[in-house]
Amino acid sequence: MNQQYRKNTDCVKGSQSIHFADKPYIISSGSVVGSKEAQGPLGNLFDMSDEDNLFGAKTWEEAESNMQKEACVLALGKAHVEAEAVRYLFGGDLLRQGIATSMGVEALQIPMFGLYGACSTSGEALALSAMAVAAGYGEQMLAVTSSHFGSAEKEFRFPLEYAGQRPLSAHWTVTGSGAFLVGIRKSHVRIEGVTVGKIVDYGLKDSQNMGACMAPAAMDTIIKSMEDFGRTPLDYDKIITGDLGYIGREILMDLTRKRGYDIQERHLDCGMLIFDRDSQDTHAGGSGCGCAAVTLSAYILPKLESGEWKRILFVPTGALMSTVSYNEGASVPGIAHGIILEHC
Amino acid sequence: MDKKEIRTETRAESKVEKMKQERQYEKYVKQVTPVHCLWKNMLKAFVTGGAICTLGQVIYNYCQAQDMTKDACSGYTSMLLVLLSILLTGLNIYPQIAKWGGAGALVPITGFANSVAAPAIEYKKEGQVMGIGCKIFTIAGPVILYGIFSSWVLGLFYWLWKLMGAA
Repeated sequence: MNQQYRKNTDCVKGSQSIHFADKPYIISSGSVVGSKEAQGPLGNLFDMSDEDNLFGAKTWEEAESNMQKEACVLALGKAHVEAEAVRYLFGGDLLRQGIATSMGVEALQIPMFGLYGACSTSGEALALSAMAVAAGYGEQMLAVTSSHFGSAEKEFRFPLEYAGQRPLSAHWTVTGSGAFLVGIRKSHVRIEGVTVGKIVDYGLKDSQNMGACMAPAAMDTIIKSMEDFGRTPLDYDKIITGDLGYIGREILMDLTRKRGYDIQERHLDCGMLIFDRDSQDTHAGGSGCGCAAVTLSAYILPKLESGEWKRILFVPTGALMSTVSYNEGASVPGIAHGIILEHC
Repeated sequence: MDKKEIRTETRAESKVEKMKQERQYEKYVKQVTPVHCLWKNMLKAFVTGGAICTLGQVIYNYCQAQDMTKDACSGYTSMLLVLLSILLTGLNIYPQIAKWGGAGALVPITGFANSVAAPAIEYKKEGQVMGIGCKIFTIAGPVILYGIFSSWVLGLFYWLWKLMGAA
């Protein structure tokens, strides 16, 4: 027993990271988006989109569930894997009690864990899937997340038809769902390691400026990952954050520079990639669990598969708040998880 | 000083330090965050609000020309503006007017109508009672509550003023 434990401690890096000995592969992935995302710069890369954002449902919540189911089915279908062959599912979304996931994956009948990490959930789900596979608890795990503009606006802000002016720092919640099949079957992308993020709170209370709330968490996780693995930003082709947006990116650049790391040239942000700010009126950029997930599935993974990028650090970021915590004057802390993906 | 005192003191110090850092970060974030241009926004609000009020005046004048009483003219003006706003909300046009016109579209009665119609449309799916019934005033509710409350306070002052005037 002691020997087994010692073997695992070889994988433990620094204070927050794991470097997998048997690296799990991302076997396949699926991405489903709404109409605005389909019209965006990455529009024709996604697997599936829906014109009216309802995905055959009557409510936004049901639509989000349908998206998750479709994303899972797509990921499974691409790998020719039956749902029964998946050991565990790790999934989450932004809605209260995680109903979009619960209702969405119900039909698949895969033993599941419901997660909440705000917009960082894709990282959380991938990290847990990879850990479960690497530990030998199953051959295949499914990681899935989603967000929907309609259900998120309703939950966190105003009804869609409400007439108001959004501040320039506001994000646009991505309607989209991404699913990833993680397992031992060889593919061209594998998860080399993960850095699990801490909750980082710089005391900001403006929920309409999520980029600024999450940037410190992204900085913390990126630097922690560099320290834990003994690497520099030069070891990565890209460092890609989830949904910091234009303002969050600027802050992240300043914060990391102050700590002696310059990631300016290697940094990309899914929230900035997914929409065209000028023509799509999305202000600070995209956000939501779906933002990082669909960008990873449709844009980042193909570049890793082709070998255009050899190794990247994928850092989905989340702003941890609820309408209650916000109304009660609590600050908006952030969290970010680092996933190291490499071409193989 | 015993150990406990030292500990509480350093804790208090680090708390002050943390607050200082938080304020610094807030200030920095404010610097890097772009905001809407105030003057441009005010001008747009003036034009939008002015247009809505002019439309109201047109309706009022028309009613007057039909030999209606003053009260009837006001009533028709409000009703027609509210109806128009609700129709435009349903067609998703009013949010776009407000996006451009800001407070110019929010402050007049049409903005109030929008804030009642929008939840009604959104929460219809949650049922007639728990959906529309409970949530129709989620945005307008505070306006109604504090509107009535402030009129009550003003009424109280008015009553006191009259009492003093009579004495």
